[in-house]
Amino acid sequence: MTSNNDFVSLTDVSKHFGSVVAVDHLSFTISRGEFFSLLGPSGCGKTTLLRMLAGFESPTTGEIYIDGAPMSEVPPHHRPTNMVFQNYAIFPHLNVRANLAYGLRYDKIEKAEVGRRVEEALEMVKLPGFGNRRSNELSGGERQRVALARALIKRPKVLLLDEPLGALDKKLREEMQLELRALQESVGITFIFVTHDQEEALTLSTRIAVMTRGKALQVASPKDLYNHPVSVEVADFIGQMNFVEAQVMDVRNGEAVLDATGLGKITAPASSDFVQKGANIIVAIRPEKLILSAERRSDGLGAVQCTIKTSAYLGDRDHFYVSVDGCEKPFAVAIAETGANSDQSLDRQSIVWLSWADESLILLPRD
Amino acid sequence: MNETTIEVSALAPSPKSWGRRLYAWYLRSDALKGFTLLSPTLLVMGLTMLIPFGIMVTISFWAQIGFEFDTTFTLANYGEGVEQPLYRALLLRSLAISGTCAVVTVLVSYPMAYYVAFHVHKHKMTWIILMTVPFFTSYLLRVFAWKVILGYNGVINSGLKGLGLIEEPLAFLLYSPTAVVITLAHAWAAFAILPIYISLEKIDRSLLEAATDLGDGPVKRFLGVTLPLSMPGVIAATLMIFIPTVGDYVTPALVGGPDGIMIANLIQAQFGLVNNWPMGAALAIDMMVVVAVISLLYIWLTRKITEKIA
Amino acid sequence: MTEVAYIDRPSRALYFYAILYLGFLYIPVLFLPMFSFNDNIYIAFPLKGFTTKWYMEMFNNQPMWAALNNSFNVACVSAAIATLLGLFGAKAVTRYRIPGEKPIIFVIMLPMVVPYIIMGVALLILITQLGFDLSLYTVTMAHVLISVPFAMATLISRFEGFDQALEEASTDLGASPLSTFWRVTLPLVFPGVLASFLLCFTISFDEFIMAYFLAGTDPTLPIFIWSQLRFPLRLPGVLALGSLILVVSFVVVFFSQWLRSYRVEKTQPGI
Ligand SMILES: Nc1ncnc2c1ncn2[C@@H]1O[C@H](COP(=O)(O)OP(=O)(O)OP(=O)(O)O)[C@@H](O)[C@H]1O
Ligand SMILES: [Mg+2]
Repeated sequence: MTSNNDFVSLTDVSKHFGSVVAVDHLSFTISRGEFFSLLGPSGCGKTTLLRMLAGFESPTTGEIYIDGAPMSEVPPHHRPTNMVFQNYAIFPHLNVRANLAYGLRYDKIEKAEVGRRVEEALEMVKLPGFGNRRSNELSGGERQRVALARALIKRPKVLLLDEPLGALDKKLREEMQLELRALQESVGITFIFVTHDQEEALTLSTRIAVMTRGKALQVASPKDLYNHPVSVEVADFIGQMNFVEAQVMDVRNGEAVLDATGLGKITAPASSDFVQKGANIIVAIRPEKLILSAERRSDGLGAVQCTIKTSAYLGDRDHFYVSVDGCEKPFAVAIAETGANSDQSLDRQSIVWLSWADESLILLPRD
Repeated sequence: MNETTIEVSALAPSPKSWGRRLYAWYLRSDALKGFTLLSPTLLVMGLTMLIPFGIMVTISFWAQIGFEFDTTFTLANYGEGVEQPLYRALLLRSLAISGTCAVVTVLVSYPMAYYVAFHVHKHKMTWIILMTVPFFTSYLLRVFAWKVILGYNGVINSGLKGLGLIEEPLAFLLYSPTAVVITLAHAWAAFAILPIYISLEKIDRSLLEAATDLGDGPVKRFLGVTLPLSMPGVIAATLMIFIPTVGDYVTPALVGGPDGIMIANLIQAQFGLVNNWPMGAALAIDMMVVVAVISLLYIWLTRKITEKIA
Repeated sequence: MTEVAYIDRPSRALYFYAILYLGFLYIPVLFLPMFSFNDNIYIAFPLKGFTTKWYMEMFNNQPMWAALNNSFNVACVSAAIATLLGLFGAKAVTRYRIPGEKPIIFVIMLPMVVPYIIMGVALLILITQLGFDLSLYTVTMAHVLISVPFAMATLISRFEGFDQALEEASTDLGASPLSTFWRVTLPLVFPGVLASFLLCFTISFDEFIMAYFLAGTDPTLPIFIWSQLRFPLRLPGVLALGSLILVVSFVVVFFSQWLRSYRVEKTQPGI
């Protein structure tokens, strides 16, 4: 009945709590079968949006459609969505089996079938034989799986997950991320996943909505977000980024010539229309796209001299902070530990060359 | 996108489904759902408290003639309440007795609550039960027990006589304001211990350790941290005793004697033997206003003082 | 040193004080059972000898049984109504954003800080002005009024103690609000409901000040006891009754505490 591209669609959705605007005129669509993440700092309205999708809050303005049907008149218990709560909300007075079977009562399913589906769901989340336990007899990770199974067993059109991995330690979280992704692919249900952990969002999602202050700054695939952020705010939030101010001197054949603070005259690909002659813009570059070398490289990369201020060893890579004359903030440079370009000693205070490829420069509007 | 919009308008509510629309509106309004749920409680409280109260205020402006009310408006009852020295004296005495009782009970109970909150570790619940069980005996019998203890042939007098310490029973023990204070203090002790205990129990132990760490000795730590933080419990306890005891007529009747009669006995008499309901209503309102003013003043004052110290 | 933290180190002086305090609480109360076995019509020392005749007398005292029965009924009904109203009210104030919530709660809690004599008098005036007769129903009404604040306070703390997400999870899984109430809310607040009922029961069972104004010809137990206090000859029988009530309350309080700790162990994650 709807095209697969707008399986879930939000049109101009806002939510006000008194004078607080938690969600501010959001409009975007989510396709069938997507693993869609809502990513943003604390208090940006992720949970509020998810609760509007589940029906626990009603939008102040706008409408939410799921599979073509408007949701505003549908109470939570009749919506085709199910939720995995942040703290799991496993019923403490029921055992795991009764928790899983809880929602099936309303689907008019035969008793034998219920039993079968519960066992199947326990298998799916790798908890066979846990049926008789209570929530206080489960570890954090096990609770998370029970909550997931309890929601999935209802076979919802959309599964809502509110920071389901937030309470787990790093190792378990990474394990669960892989499992979650695999599970989503096998059941084919649309997932809407809330997180404030950008790494987690990048690993898991097909697409991500980056939110701040109730607004969506950019809705895009992880790759696009990383390589083509549309604003300083997004670029800053996703991974680490170096920024320099610059003025556009000339635009020619899709190439911009810029005068950048500290870097001098540089060229970069000009992709957007805000890059116009005379405009003040921001140039951004990822730490891992920067190269340090003792001598100026002969391969025609952009380069400038710099002084090494501090370095930190981060396990799989080295991090340096280098200062460039004229730039207020030092540049972050990441070098893979086995990288060929760390051929000489990069001691503190030594003066070296910092270079980059023109294609790795990202031009952003100044806000 | 266009396709969706068409689908959407097809699914949108038709003008017929007013019921559903109303239901949707209801679902949207959190406040409405809350009020629906709250309405039985509010209704009952309104019917049994606010309405009777309103009628009592009305009656206090009437006059009693035999068994009938004269419903012409008059301030005479309030005038009498202020002018009659007996009424004024009884009200003042009631406030003095209840106030003393509240202060004494709180002072005496604080160390007890402190002990259970800070020094009992294994059997806290047992101690709390031990402190509350006496309050499950009949209030009347608890008060009566003091009559047995303080009476002319009571426990103290017959005990002392048996030991040969006195010849004649001590008559002053019973039927005095002191007897009323002691009896009330005993009868209402649980209302002092529990609020204080709860507020002490809530205090974060690390705050006390921080105070010690910063060089406070036990006394300074108590005055600087423990006491101010337990103040809400102390305030609650004082009021939980002061307010109801002002309105008690059982204890004064049993152990008070003529010198221990309180304002509530007078009010009760207006509805009984004296049979002057408007006067009784006016006295009840007088009493309530005075109690409310004193309570608010007390709350305000203790807050101010605690702020000063802290 | 010891396993006790510095802050919690025991104090001998406080311990003695606590024992003295318990003595002050108990000794007057314990005179009641003592004299109830004393073979003397006068409540005075020295003790005359052991007897159980006051208990026999009490068991044959028909008016007392009638009053006890009245009190029991009034207490059961008013505790049930108050707990039900408290349940609604507590759920409403903890689960919904209600405009004017503070003043509403203040009104509901008001009976806690108004002397009972005032509410008793006000109700008396209302009932007689409306032309109704005084009866056990009017007493029940008054007891509901004074019990609701206690029921609310008990149940609000219970509601606050459990995660609202549990109810939302139930709705999310397809349960209607009513179904959620039966399958999730009630089982989880049940200990609170029980505690509230017991508390309201004791409040009503022992309430005299209002009942005295509002009871018609049928006395409740406190009114009956009050009437007996004026007759020295009847006193030993009243003492026997009081002692029995004391024993029963001991058993009930310990049982309910045991029940509480039992449930806590069973349902809460281990600490
Ligand atoms: N019931 C409420 N009443 C009033 N304000 C609320 C309510 N719920 C949320 N808010 C406000 O709305 C804003 C968004 O809250 P929300 O819970 O959606 O944030 P979030 O993105 O989920 O944050 P976090 O990552 O910390 O969970 C916050 O400023 C919050 O204070
Ligand atoms: Mg959140």
